[in-house]
Amino acid sequence: MNPYGLTDRSYPSKPTDVYLFATCLIDQFTPQAGLDTVKLLEREGIRVHYPVQQTCCGQPAHSSGYPDEARSVALAQLNLFIEPWPVVVPSGSCGGMMRTHYPHLFADDPELHAKAMALAERIYELSEFLVHVVNFNHEDIGEACTIALHTSCHARRQMGVHETSAALLDSLDKVQVKEQARIEECCGFGGTFALLYPDISEAIATDKVASIKNTGASCVVSADCGCLLNISGRAAKQDELSGCKQPSLPGEHLASFLWRRTNGGAA
Amino acid sequence: MNKVVHLHPMDDFKARSKAVLDNAGQRKNFRGAMDFLQTKRRAQFPDQEELQGLRELGSSIRRYSLAHLPRLLEQLEANLTANGVQVHWAQNGPEANAIALKIAQRVHAKRIIKGKSMVSEEVGFNHFMEAAGIEAFESDMGEYIVQLAGEAPSHIIMPAIHKTKQEIAQLFADEVPGVTYTEDVDALIQIGRRVLRRKFAEADIGLSGVNFMVAETGTLCLVENEGNGRMCTTVPKVHIAITGIEKVVEKLEHVPPLLSLLSRSATGQAVTTYVNMISGPRQPDEKDGPQEVHLILLDNGRTQAYADDELRATLQCIRCGACMNHCPVYARIGGHAYGTTYPGPIGSIISPHMLGLDTTYPLAFASTLCGACSEVCPVKIPITDILVRLRNEAQARPETEEATLRGSGAARTLVASTVWGMWSQVYSKSGLYKLASWFMSRGRALSPSEQGAWTRSRTPLVPAPKRLRDLMKDHKS
Repeated sequence: MNPYGLTDRSYPSKPTDVYLFATCLIDQFTPQAGLDTVKLLEREGIRVHYPVQQTCCGQPAHSSGYPDEARSVALAQLNLFIEPWPVVVPSGSCGGMMRTHYPHLFADDPELHAKAMALAERIYELSEFLVHVVNFNHEDIGEACTIALHTSCHARRQMGVHETSAALLDSLDKVQVKEQARIEECCGFGGTFALLYPDISEAIATDKVASIKNTGASCVVSADCGCLLNISGRAAKQDELSGCKQPSLPGEHLASFLWRRTNGGAA
Repeated sequence: MNKVVHLHPMDDFKARSKAVLDNAGQRKNFRGAMDFLQTKRRAQFPDQEELQGLRELGSSIRRYSLAHLPRLLEQLEANLTANGVQVHWAQNGPEANAIALKIAQRVHAKRIIKGKSMVSEEVGFNHFMEAAGIEAFESDMGEYIVQLAGEAPSHIIMPAIHKTKQEIAQLFADEVPGVTYTEDVDALIQIGRRVLRRKFAEADIGLSGVNFMVAETGTLCLVENEGNGRMCTTVPKVHIAITGIEKVVEKLEHVPPLLSLLSRSATGQAVTTYVNMISGPRQPDEKDGPQEVHLILLDNGRTQAYADDELRATLQCIRCGACMNHCPVYARIGGHAYGTTYPGPIGSIISPHMLGLDTTYPLAFASTLCGACSEVCPVKIPITDILVRLRNEAQARPETEEATLRGSGAARTLVASTVWGMWSQVYSKSGLYKLASWFMSRGRALSPSEQGAWTRSRTPLVPAPKRLRDLMKDHKS
């Protein structure tokens, strides 16, 4: 049992169908990462179902101290995944919310709690799913490049999947992943933390950008959009202030990076 | 006592944080110290399985102790009394100080020599005694330094971690009579030792903290590295120990796993230089040791945490400081910015019980919820979950069932609760969300370039021209 009462994970064999919970950040800000997630899964012969009623996992309200508001948003997601298929989430943070906090949010209602537990057991973070269920193995057809990987704190500590993104990148022959100092430290985003405490958040993000740039990496890859928006957004702001025209540290979602490196140029 | 007492706790905390963030020297000190402590701890736990097994054991010992707290405290009192230790109960800081003062007045004490005790900081012991005309002198090197500087500890294990060698050299040169400026660390330690030796000999009372109290034997366990703890508890004719009620364990065999977790998590040591097991005053056939031993057991809000199933875990803490050593926020702003006796993640979850949520709620929000604290906590306190719970409490509707803590609801504002209410409406109704996100995409050209706190340090967030749900419509599998 993990601390949240979920059973230790044993992975199913590759399913014929999965659900995609794509997250509100991807829907609105980086939809290509969602589409690339679909393509990565479909290439493995998996049918991907995307319930269009989905909105957000509810985490922003949950971590801001508004449990009722979070519960009502979570409840709207709870009934969207009726078939017993795995639910793949291209974000460790939103996945962590659904896997570890949904059961807790509905603890007072036996029926909803059972539903939340059943859903939690089927939540998989994308990189975790690609490594443990799909056995991702594709030829790297891109140019040689040097990148850095940032794994979100929730992927690392709530989902416990800090090794899978690294394993996927490691499988790409021409991609060199440089390890930044204090790799396990937070990027300083923390949802509304960035807005409540902008000075502290900026200090942490600035250090994260510096440690990644120090590796000589040309871009930062992450399986979490929140961290990417924070890290590459901070770097871009620094570029703006220093008059640098080219982005010094662009960010790319892991799904898009993997698809770009392995799709042979096809759409 | 370094207490949060102002009317606008959020602004105060932000201002104190900003002052440190703008101080490159202090930030470098903290960063360097945190890196050092993280590396030391990591080296102590090369075997993940052993670490996780030991954490599970430590956690279950602490949870068991708290589950039986009333019984264990009664057993502890009975056995300590049988050993000749006088046990006193204090509901709050002023009561604890009054008890200590009464003892001091009875033995006509003029000087108290102190071993390291965060609980004595919590109750404002030094200021109280000084106001009563009794000297309270810190003998732990770090505590001695901060006392000399007129400051409070910035870390629960390393009180003077915010100071550089140069600052300490200057402090000694300015404040210790007959000392010339030197940056030689050994020489600085020798200066401190010379001052302290004399103080030990002159002191009427030794005051110490306690790491663990063993109920079945009536033993006080105290760990330290400098020998000052042993001096404080054996040289003066009266020893007063002060600690929180939560520090009790049932059996002697419960102590070794906790000691191992404590020293390895705190300073990255396999074992501390001194482990003191104190079981009472000098016996008739003994030549040394104090003639009187007192224990002051302090509540100061701990029973509020105890009464709540979820918040009780806060009291599992063994005060190792690993949570602050690994906290990205603490590493940036240091301990003083928190404005509480206990800084960092553990301070943010324990202080509301001592000082009220109305003055301490900003601390519950001062975390990215990254979980580094929960991950390293040797007794598995779910710190991030408790932080979220305190955020809920701080914004609970007043006088409802949810508002159970002192100061509950203090952070609730009409603006924030309305915004979150609207947010919840939009995101729990897919029709509304579709409409709202459609407008955001279509109106992306109108996205503001100034997005408040976000764009102070980052480029603006601009919605994509097509949402994923639009791309999926065109996508052929």
